[in-house]
Parts: sequence; structure tokens; C-alpha cells
Amino acid sequence: MNNKVIIVEKLTKIFNGFTAVDGISFEVEKGEIFGFLGANGAGKTTAMKMLCGLSMPTSGKAIIAGFDVYRENESIKKNIGYMSQKFSLYEDLTIKENIRFYAGIYGIEPKVIKTKTALLIEQLSLEKEANMLVKQLPLGWKQKLAFSVAIFHDPQIVFLDEPTGGVDPITRRDFWNMIYEAAAKGITVFVTTHYMDEAEYCDRVSIMVDGQIDAMDTPGNLKRLFQAESMDHVFLQIARKAKRAE
Amino acid sequence: MKQFYHFIIKEFYHIFRDQKTLLILLGMPMAQIVIFGFALSNEVKNAHITIVNQSNSAASVKLVQKIESSKYFEIYNQSTQTTDIEKMFRKGSIKIALVIPPDFDKAILAQNSSRLQIISDATDPNVATTLTAYLSIIVAEFQKETNQPNSIPYTIDVETRMMYNPQLKGAYNFVPGVMAMVLLLVCTLMTSLTVVKEKELGNMEILLASPVNPLIIILAKAVPYLLLSIINIITILLLSYFILDVPINGSLVLLFLVSILFILVSLALGLLISSVTGSQKAAMFISLIVMFLPTVMFSGFIFPIENMPLPLRVISNIIPAKWYFIIVKSVMIKGLGLAVIWKEVLILTGMMLFFFTMAIKKFKIRLS
Amino acid sequence: MEKFVSEQFPIIVSSVSKSYTTGKTVVKALDNISFEVEKGSLFGLIGPDGAGKTTLFRILTSLLLFDTGRAWVDGFDVITGYKEIRKRIGYMPGRFSLYTDLTVQENLNFFASIFETTIEENYDLIKGIYAQIEPFKNRRAGKLSGGMKQKLALSCALIHRPSVLFLDEPTTGVDAVSRKEFWDMLQALKNEGITILVSTPYMDEANLCDKVALIQAGRILGINTPQHITQSFAKTIYRVKNGNMHALLQEARHWDFTEQVYPFGEYHHVVIRQGSPEPQFPAGIDAGKIHPGIEDVFIDLMRNNEQ
Repeated sequence: MNNKVIIVEKLTKIFNGFTAVDGISFEVEKGEIFGFLGANGAGKTTAMKMLCGLSMPTSGKAIIAGFDVYRENESIKKNIGYMSQKFSLYEDLTIKENIRFYAGIYGIEPKVIKTKTALLIEQLSLEKEANMLVKQLPLGWKQKLAFSVAIFHDPQIVFLDEPTGGVDPITRRDFWNMIYEAAAKGITVFVTTHYMDEAEYCDRVSIMVDGQIDAMDTPGNLKRLFQAESMDHVFLQIARKAKRAE
Repeated sequence: MKQFYHFIIKEFYHIFRDQKTLLILLGMPMAQIVIFGFALSNEVKNAHITIVNQSNSAASVKLVQKIESSKYFEIYNQSTQTTDIEKMFRKGSIKIALVIPPDFDKAILAQNSSRLQIISDATDPNVATTLTAYLSIIVAEFQKETNQPNSIPYTIDVETRMMYNPQLKGAYNFVPGVMAMVLLLVCTLMTSLTVVKEKELGNMEILLASPVNPLIIILAKAVPYLLLSIINIITILLLSYFILDVPINGSLVLLFLVSILFILVSLALGLLISSVTGSQKAAMFISLIVMFLPTVMFSGFIFPIENMPLPLRVISNIIPAKWYFIIVKSVMIKGLGLAVIWKEVLILTGMMLFFFTMAIKKFKIRLS
Repeated sequence: MEKFVSEQFPIIVSSVSKSYTTGKTVVKALDNISFEVEKGSLFGLIGPDGAGKTTLFRILTSLLLFDTGRAWVDGFDVITGYKEIRKRIGYMPGRFSLYTDLTVQENLNFFASIFETTIEENYDLIKGIYAQIEPFKNRRAGKLSGGMKQKLALSCALIHRPSVLFLDEPTTGVDAVSRKEFWDMLQALKNEGITILVSTPYMDEANLCDKVALIQAGRILGINTPQHITQSFAKTIYRVKNGNMHALLQEARHWDFTEQVYPFGEYHHVVIRQGSPEPQFPAGIDAGKIHPGIEDVFIDLMRNNEQ
């Protein structure tokens, strides 16, 4: 039995002769919080799309939650959750309707949805707002709710694409608290961010430059390796090497 | 002035770089002419007919031959039984049937009179009426020819002449209609979309925060579509003249000038729509549903306005295309000059000034 | 007198309020905002999304009317003097607002022409920025990377040598390297005598401004130089760390000297309850007193504001 829920070997994606992702390899363990960092245009989004089964790799191997990205992308989608800053919830549906809708997509029993929804609303202390439209909520709450919805079906892995962009510092921390709780339950968290202090909250981070992974380790080891006092400095040292102007 | 020039250059870049849209804009008039000219024609040609010839005499055969030689009918089959007619109508194999009675020959000779039966499929009343009329005319001609030697006294010969369109071609009516439609689509829809697009994408925010006069933003948007529309008019006129044989009887210069006037009305309307809407969806909806549909219905090119009830006739007066349609028909088909169409030209000029003024007045110098 | 004031302060905001009505609810986007920006300085509006930063920018760039209060830019009232203001300011909205189907050079040319100037005339001002994207001048703006788009947008906003520059969240969604480069460019522009108002949700960027206003839910929580804001923070903060950060966070909440504790990079920050004696940390915890940062102050102000 191995505990590796993401296994990636020499994964490559070429668009019209342009190598967006250039032979990346890494493994992520169950319950790990994995920070996936990189400069704009380094290939993060492309890599993430392949891992979610949305885009076919050109070559290489990727096993996500035990399923092959080439042949079993439908099974992958059932076993992962996804949330991004841009796409999350339907603004013109209420909180309850959004939860119901997303839970329904994953084929959860109506009875289970009902009990779990009540529990979730209690946890987020949104009892008063449960029947309010999502667009009436402050941004921070929306993001917290979106995350809860993304892990509602207890996926093995949740992919978070810049989940905290523009969120206030308190809510940002609340959000990370939720990430920790999810990880403690055994959900693997794969997260991208531009906040370098958030990179410190990850168990391990990788930094992509020009389609390749240039560094990958725990934040502590990376700081020692680059003799830097913070992840911000580590990132600046690595990403400055980028030649690609996209 | 330099600002204006750069604005126009920019608009042309937008148009030329969106080649799919450009192709549609330039190809649309051609497609319209082809569709209306060949596919959607309301002239009836080669209608299937069955002839039940129970007489089978020399006279009846002559009548059948006459029908066969007409371009309006194509004989589907001939028989001596009336029993199959209904079946053929049900299957839609024929549009009309003619029954020639057994005593057809004798009756003509003996009593100078006989009866024929015409049965037609009236699910489409216009086609049924037209076909029945055509068949009656053929029969009447046949009667005239047969009677020639021993002419009956006191017959009245009606000689009809179809003015301006002797061959009763539908093209004479729809070419002006297509011109109005295409110009309205290109000018109103496209200009309203292009201005609103700048609002949606946020470009307008920077333009508003700059010293550019709103008048320049608006007018620069209109210029490229004015030119595109002139190209479209030329295409339509060439196609209709050479392919559909529609003559241009009046002054070509006058036709062009009034078309430009109509283009300006449509552009002004497009700019007005863009001034009052905030999204491309809304602009599209207003242009298509609120402008385009009434144009098709109330310009008189598909449904004659004279047949409409009074309230609709009154509404038709505010549709710019109605006036343009009248002008084009007068100049192009009837060959009339400005002396006759000045009233319509005046109305369109008034509309143009009104829409332009409104568009500029309604243009917001701030966001929301 | 007013002339003098406007010369010294190109941006003056006085008790400005603005509400939006969506359906039945009235949202106060700006609640009695006042501040001045000194000539030739770099002023930062620091706050999360939805704090009212964009509304304030639109008011100052004469694009939006407001309910009460007054505001002047470069000596002109933002409502009555909008024509003058629009000649003098440069504005970079939060969302990329150039023409994606035009090339880099075509965009720049176009914006030069609408301000009735040419690229050559002010080339020395934008040179430092534009030179970096000039190799791609024939590329369509839509095909540029985030960092390059931002440089082009800044070049376009500067092409007429504005006296006041408004930058609404120029670094949002941009990676750390490009962000650093961008702030270096702003320092250079400041040295050219241009007054800059910039907004950002990244708290760490506050230190790069001459003066900042911390803004949250339409209200200003504090205005001062970043140094003054952090130095005048009355509470004591310790950073703590051990082998199990998650457990440590739970544990630290229960220490009797803890007022607040929250993760902060590789440490947790513990705000010490006022009046507590020198804190004694349990064994095995790496703890040290630190100078509070802008983010610490912001968190504290936010919490007090909510209560």
C-alpha cells in the first residue's frame, strides 16, 4: 500500500511547438498540503489542468487518486474537488441551493446532503444567511463557503487555485485554518498562491520556472538551502532566473 | 482632428482583426440576395399537377399539352380515375388537380359550353389561389384559340399590363427590402455592439478618464461601418442587376445618396442604443427584437402595410426602413426622381438628426 | 489659500460618502472618507477586496458621482472640474483595460493620440518601463504575460506625463518578482515628481509607500507613514514556533497572556494582553519579541472595528 495520491513523472504539455510544461515529476502524499508556486506564465495553470483531468498531457505519466489521467479522467473528476478565485459559486443562488447543486453533481444521496448541509452551515455559523443569495455575502465568506463546497463530497484531493486573492488578513487565516482541518481529515491539498507567507503554511512547496520545477522541499529546507530568511526571498531568487517572456 | 483620425484607425484594426465577423458582414448581403432570390421566392414554378382526363378526346389532349408547356405546371401523372386524387393530396405529391369530364369534347361542340373541375391544396392559401388563377388563364386561352374560327359575338377581352414589373418578379420587391435589412443589421447592430464592448471590457473607463470628447468616441465608431455599408450596397446592386435582372431605372447617384442617408439613420440608431445599454447582450436584444423585427414586419417588404389595421399602419410610420423602402422602390424600379420622394427624404433626415442628438445627449460622461 | 493648499496636496478628499443600492439592501461603499496626498509622494490605500478602494478611485478620476463630501484633484473639484482633471491624470484601472486585439505599439500610439501627444515627446518618462516590453512591440496586447500587460498599461497611463497617477490594484494576481519590479518603477516615477495614489490588498507592500491609509468596509482604519503606524502600535507581539504548528496554535489560544494568536508565515504571532506581565512560554517553544508589521496592525484594527 502506498499513500501517494498524486504521482507525476516527466509530465509534459506542448502547445503548437511551445513547451508549457516541461517534464515535471513529483509525488504528493495523502493529507499533505502541497504548495504549487511559480511566476506568471511558468506553466502552473497548464499543469494543474492536466492533474484535474481537464487537459490531455503530451507525454509523461500522472496518476491522480489512483487513476490515470489519460484513460480515467472521469474517475479523477469524481475523486477531486476544485476551487479557484474566479469560478466558485453561483451568485444568484442561495447558500443552500449552491450546496445542494454541487452535492447533487457528485451524486450524493438527498438525505445525506440534508444532514451534511445543516452541519456545514452550523460549522460556518451561517444559520442566518443560509437562505441569502451568495452575491450578498462578503468576499471572504464566499471563499470559505466555496472551499467547503469543494470538499463537500469528501474528495481525496482538493485543488485550490489562488483561493485567497484579495481576501482580508483575518479571513485569509480563517481560510487556512479550514485547509488544515481538511488535511487533518486526510484530504490532500494542492494549492497555488501569490502570498509568500502562505507558502510557509504548506508542508512542502514546489517552485516552477519556465515549465520546470526548479525547487521542491519543505519551506524550512528551502530557506536553509537558499540562505534566505523568508519564502519571499527564496521565490525571488529562483523566479528571477526565468528567461521565458511568455 | 488628429484624435479622430487615430480613433478611426483603431476601429479599422478592430474590424480587420476580427476576420470572422468581417466575413459575415461582407458575405451577408450575398447570402440574403441568394436566399431571397432563389430559395424564398413566392413566385410559383413547376407545381405538380395531376390531370384526370375522362374524355381522352382531341380537344382534351390539346388542353393537356397546353398545360404541360407552361412553366408553372409539371404534370405529375394522368389517369381516368378521380379516386386517387385525395391520396395524392394527402401525400403532398401534387398541389392541384384538373378533372376533364367524359363529355368534354362533345359538350364544347354541341352546346358551346363545358365544365372543368379544379381542385387545389389550400393549406397554403396564397399558392392555391395563384395556381388556380394560372390554370384558369390557361383554360381561358385554350378556349379563345378553339373558338377563333367561329367567334362568339359580344365577348370582352381584358388586356392587362403589369407596370414596372411586367414579369411579376418578386426580386423587384425584395431587393429594396434586403438593402434596408442588411444596412440596418450592419449599422445598428454592429455599432451598438462595438461601443458597448468597450464598456464591458473596461476600455471605456480609461477613455472617459481622458480628455477625449465623447463626440469623437461616438463618431469614430460609426465611420468604418459607413464604409462597410457602402460596400454592401454596391454588392447588392451588382448582384441584383446582373444575376436577378433587376433594372436600375432611376438615377444611380440619387440611389446612393438616399442609401447613405439611411445608413446614417441606422448608425445614429445604433449609437443611441449603445448609449443607453451597458452590456452586449442588452444591445443585441434591443437591436434585434426592438429594431430588426419591426423593420421586417412594418417596412412593407414582406407584409403589405395597406392591409394592416390602422394602429399598425400608424406604428409603421416610425420605422425608418419603411421610408427607405418606398424611396428605393421609387428610384430603382419606377425610375422616379427627387421631386417625388422629397417627403420621405425629409422624414429620414429628421430621424437621423433626432437619433444623433439623442445618442450624444444620452452618452454618459461618467460610469453609471 | 486654496490655491496654496491644492499645490501642496494634489489629492484632497473631504468627508466623502457613497452608497449603492442593490435590490432592497443599501451598501455603504465609502463612509466619511477624508485624507490628503502630498505632492510628489507615493500614497497607498491598503485593504482587502470590497473595502471601497475602486469606488474611491473612480470618484477621484471623475468617473463616479458621490452622495456627500467634496474632493479635489490637482486643485480642481472632481465634479465641476472633470474636464481639467481628465487632462492631468493618468489612470490604470484594476482590470486590464487596453485593447487586446491591438499590438503593444498600437495601444501606446492610440493612447498618446487621445492625449494629443506622441510617444517621442514623453519617451524619457516611460523609457525605463517601455524598454522592457519594446522587444514585443508587434505582439498583440492580449498575448502578453501578466507582468508585461501591467507594464504596458502603466506606459499608456504615463504617456501624457500626468501630474497625478492613479493605480488601482496594479499588482493583484501578479507574481512576487513582477510585483517587486513594479514597485521599483513606482519609486522611479515618484522621483520624476509625479504624485501617485496606489491601492493594494497585499499588506507587505505598505512599507514601500510614503504614507498609507488602511481601509476596510468603506472606512479608514488609520492613516500615517508605515513606520509611524507600526511604531505607534501599543501592543506587544511575540512570534512563536515549534515542531507542530497546528497544535501550537490551539494551545496558544489558551495562554492567559494571549489576546490574539494567528499564523504568520513560518511563525504564529501572539498579541499579548495589555497589562499582562512578561510572558513565560512553555518549554520547547522558540519565542521572541518582534516589531509589529502593517499586517499585525491591520488585523488588530479590523478586530476592534468589528466589535
